[in-house]
Amino acid sequence: MKSFTYERATSVEAATKAAAAHDAARFIAGGTNLLDLMKLEIETPTHLIDVNTLGLDTIEATSEGGLRIGALVRNSDLAADERVRRDYGLLSRALLAGASGQLRNKATTAGNLLQRTRCPYFYDTNQPCNKRQPGSGCSAIDGFSRQLGIVGISSSCIATHPSDMAIAMRVLDAVVETVGSDGAKRSIPIADFHRLPGDTPHIETELKKGEIITAVVLPKPIGGKQIYRKVRDRASYAFALISVGAVIQPDGTGRVAVGGVAHKPWRLDAADEDLPSGAGRVTRRLLLDAQPTEHNAYKVKLVERTLGAVLAEAKG
Amino acid sequence: MKFDTPATENPIDRMTVVGKPIERIDGQMKTTGRAKYAYEWHDDAMPYAYGYPLGAAIAKGRIRAMDVSAAAQAPGVITIVTSDSMPDLKKAKRNTAKLFGGKDIHHYHQAVAVVVAETFEQARAAAHLIKVDYEEGKGAFDLEASMESARKPEDGEPDSAAGDFASAFDAATVQFDQTYTTPDQSHAMMEPHASIAAWDGDALTVWTSSQMIDWWRSDLATALDMDKEKIHIMSPFIGGGFGAKLFLRSDAVLAALAARAARRPVKVALPRPFLMNNTTHRPATIQRIRIGAGQDGKITAIAHESWSGDLEGGGPETAVQQTRLLYAGANRMTATRLAVLDLPEGNAMRAPGEAPGLMALEVAMDEMAEKLGQDPVAFRILNDTQVDPEKPEKAFSHRDLVGCMKLGAERFGWDKRSTRPGSVRDGDWLVGMGVAAAFRNNMVMASGARIKLDREGILTVETDMTDIGTGSYTIIAQTAAEMLGLPLDRVAVNLGDSRFPVSSGSGGQWGGNSATAGVYAACVKMREAIAQSLGFNAESIDFADGMVISGDRRVPLADAVREAPLIVEDTIEYGDISEEQQQSTFGAHFVEVGVDIATGEVRIRRMLAVCAAGRILNPMTARSQVIGAMTMGVGGALSEELAVDKKRGFFVNHDLAGYEVPVHADIPHQEVIFMDETDPMSSPMKAKGVGELGLCGVAAAINNAVYNATGIRVRNYPVTLDKLIGALPQIS
Repeated sequence: MKSFTYERATSVEAATKAAAAHDAARFIAGGTNLLDLMKLEIETPTHLIDVNTLGLDTIEATSEGGLRIGALVRNSDLAADERVRRDYGLLSRALLAGASGQLRNKATTAGNLLQRTRCPYFYDTNQPCNKRQPGSGCSAIDGFSRQLGIVGISSSCIATHPSDMAIAMRVLDAVVETVGSDGAKRSIPIADFHRLPGDTPHIETELKKGEIITAVVLPKPIGGKQIYRKVRDRASYAFALISVGAVIQPDGTGRVAVGGVAHKPWRLDAADEDLPSGAGRVTRRLLLDAQPTEHNAYKVKLVERTLGAVLAEAKG
Repeated sequence: MKFDTPATENPIDRMTVVGKPIERIDGQMKTTGRAKYAYEWHDDAMPYAYGYPLGAAIAKGRIRAMDVSAAAQAPGVITIVTSDSMPDLKKAKRNTAKLFGGKDIHHYHQAVAVVVAETFEQARAAAHLIKVDYEEGKGAFDLEASMESARKPEDGEPDSAAGDFASAFDAATVQFDQTYTTPDQSHAMMEPHASIAAWDGDALTVWTSSQMIDWWRSDLATALDMDKEKIHIMSPFIGGGFGAKLFLRSDAVLAALAARAARRPVKVALPRPFLMNNTTHRPATIQRIRIGAGQDGKITAIAHESWSGDLEGGGPETAVQQTRLLYAGANRMTATRLAVLDLPEGNAMRAPGEAPGLMALEVAMDEMAEKLGQDPVAFRILNDTQVDPEKPEKAFSHRDLVGCMKLGAERFGWDKRSTRPGSVRDGDWLVGMGVAAAFRNNMVMASGARIKLDREGILTVETDMTDIGTGSYTIIAQTAAEMLGLPLDRVAVNLGDSRFPVSSGSGGQWGGNSATAGVYAACVKMREAIAQSLGFNAESIDFADGMVISGDRRVPLADAVREAPLIVEDTIEYGDISEEQQQSTFGAHFVEVGVDIATGEVRIRRMLAVCAAGRILNPMTARSQVIGAMTMGVGGALSEELAVDKKRGFFVNHDLAGYEVPVHADIPHQEVIFMDETDPMSSPMKAKGVGELGLCGVAAAINNAVYNATGIRVRNYPVTLDKLIGALPQIS
């Protein structure tokens, strides 16, 4: 861990200004990912801005009938919120499928969206990694890639986004609210929030320097059967090999997003439209451009079968 | 005490303390944080500094140059010891990989420097500032690709044969021939390797985490080229080892060198990734098994060949070991081959040999049983042997595999197993049952102890035996209490200190029986000393309820102590008795699994182990050993694999996020039954090892259950869903 300076933010405005003023500043909330990365010197911020003092930890009803979730609402609290459990069961289920009780007590809503990949080569500073060190190359493509991405990948990076929560947010069409260092507020649809790797895999979101997430807004509830199915090698405390988040209406229409396959929650409108036609067709749409490696080719079939099980459960 | 004839009746047979399910006596110290582990001897090692190791960034090659200028100027840095600035340390005979020194790199994360600083964070940050210029060499990292170059190892018995396998196999009515693979595995114990070193002139004290105190002391003396007598090793509490802490590792060497350079005590804990790539691991194997049998199911020919790899000068994984002894068959052969690989050192991990060997053999037996149309339990019983099948003149000292199989089958409800694979559904789960035999040889080791009786009537046992979480403290206290007729709270046990008599140490499941036998020997001497002190006839004396009893006379034990405490010392040593008969431990594992019909996720539903391992000294700690081993078997079957990057030559998933061991949610229900037996050939304790037996065969039983559930046979461990997904039934 490199030495860094530290401050407690007194306001959102002060936090964004401080972040813009430093070359390499990071906001810290739960710290469940950032601190690990700092110890390994994968993240080397020179300045930490502690945002835990900013409030932003309430869940409020919006005038549109949805919920505004403060950036600092802890994963445990969000999963347990009565309104979330009643109206956005998918979100609650996805949250509880992730990490462990202790981590969920610390991890925040905004931090969860911003967590970084679990690609093992990203974690080993001796190995080339374009995400960690732009231009150094990708060790994973011809290395051990069983966990890694199959779609939306590039020749620079095949990392996946590890979040369960983000899959639910994507299905629910959440909107990320931010404040920039100039004080400007933005509302970024979750679909546009995370980026594909392209040749700049180190740039993972649309956030600009100094910009801070203040809330994640859920539109009004859409009903339907809300199912999150996470597939993993052990029963708990493991990142998804793949996961499927879906909301299925009684008429068979709905929405679906897949985790563990791409650099962002993977959802396509055309695939949603095919939901009444069954898992095979949806999977073919979703993974049309998939370029799996020898190690992760199984994910194609796994997505189809898991989605099949989800659709069967929705019917039953 | 020389043990060279079978044990007869002795005070242990009373079983008033021994054999009772007594909670571990060190438990409260551990749960309240008072038990000091290697990294925690702060008060004794003031003013200590922190050492942080740097591992090589390449798998093979040479250090061209090291630049430590930035690191040396970093805040808090006291000194830096680099490998390239000193010659190779002398390698002890028990080490394969070199631990430190010189410019040559033999494997990834080989230690190349240790930075000493005032704080842990400063040492770690400075270590990142060291620049190493490497000349990268070409290495071999792929076992399968290296099979052709594999050679017959020089040591041990790489080949064995009896009868004429080739002819018998050719002539067999039913033939079976398959190849299996097991992956590299990590010990992944909770406590990493850690040491604090403190010099006092030319004398060195090391607080460390070691299973084998005397081995470490000897090997550290070799590495540092110093007199063994000048080294004091302490390791009273150990947070798991599983074989990773059998042999001296870099933490102790780095701490000692760093403390010498810094002129003050230095503590070094290996970072988690070092466990996988700096220390040792269980090597991967490729195993070919051939079995020939008559239509009656009797095995007439059996062959087991195994290939594994290690660094130059290393040893093989002896995966064929159990096949030499487990089943009958007049015509047999085994062969062990070793390839040179430039991966980190392969070495012992819990039940080396048998654990990976049974992963293959017991699936082969399941496959053969099906081929013969026989029940897998009945097939194993049919091929039981009461003698060493290679040397029929040599009987087993005690062998109850059949009893384990029969009792297990009855308790588990084996008769409810469907003989048609893939035919049992429970909701979305395909359900199946599997069985495997457990087998692990019983080794005995010389073991010493010193015993002191003071005027307060407190008996203190001192031995360099270690407790790696197994319950050594408790069973040693039980042994001494039984021998001297004392309640347990009058017995104190001190372990893991090189000032105490050399013991068996903990490894190869020999520790429980061997170390208590050493305590037994010393207790016999103590009984004699007490008799002599009291003027009693040692022949007709009895010890019970804290009293020494001879005829009508009853005297408190403490009365035997005059001025100075009574102190005795003895070592149990074994004559040829362990060679006269084959000593092994046996068991049967039964497992029920569910396989998600859509995803292929395998989840354990219930497990049963039946163990025949001589006298069980403490059924509670023994049970803990066995359920822990069964849990390790679940990992071995379903998730544990050190993924090799065959291009760059290292284990990629080198942390506990990437190397998945089972969590609580994976282990819903476990049951353990111990057969009520004794083995007078093993020691005066009549006990045998059990801590490794519990692992042997578990993975195969799970794999066989997966087959029974799905009809899919996986011959390459671990049994992960990607190996099932292509063959699972269609779902709507």
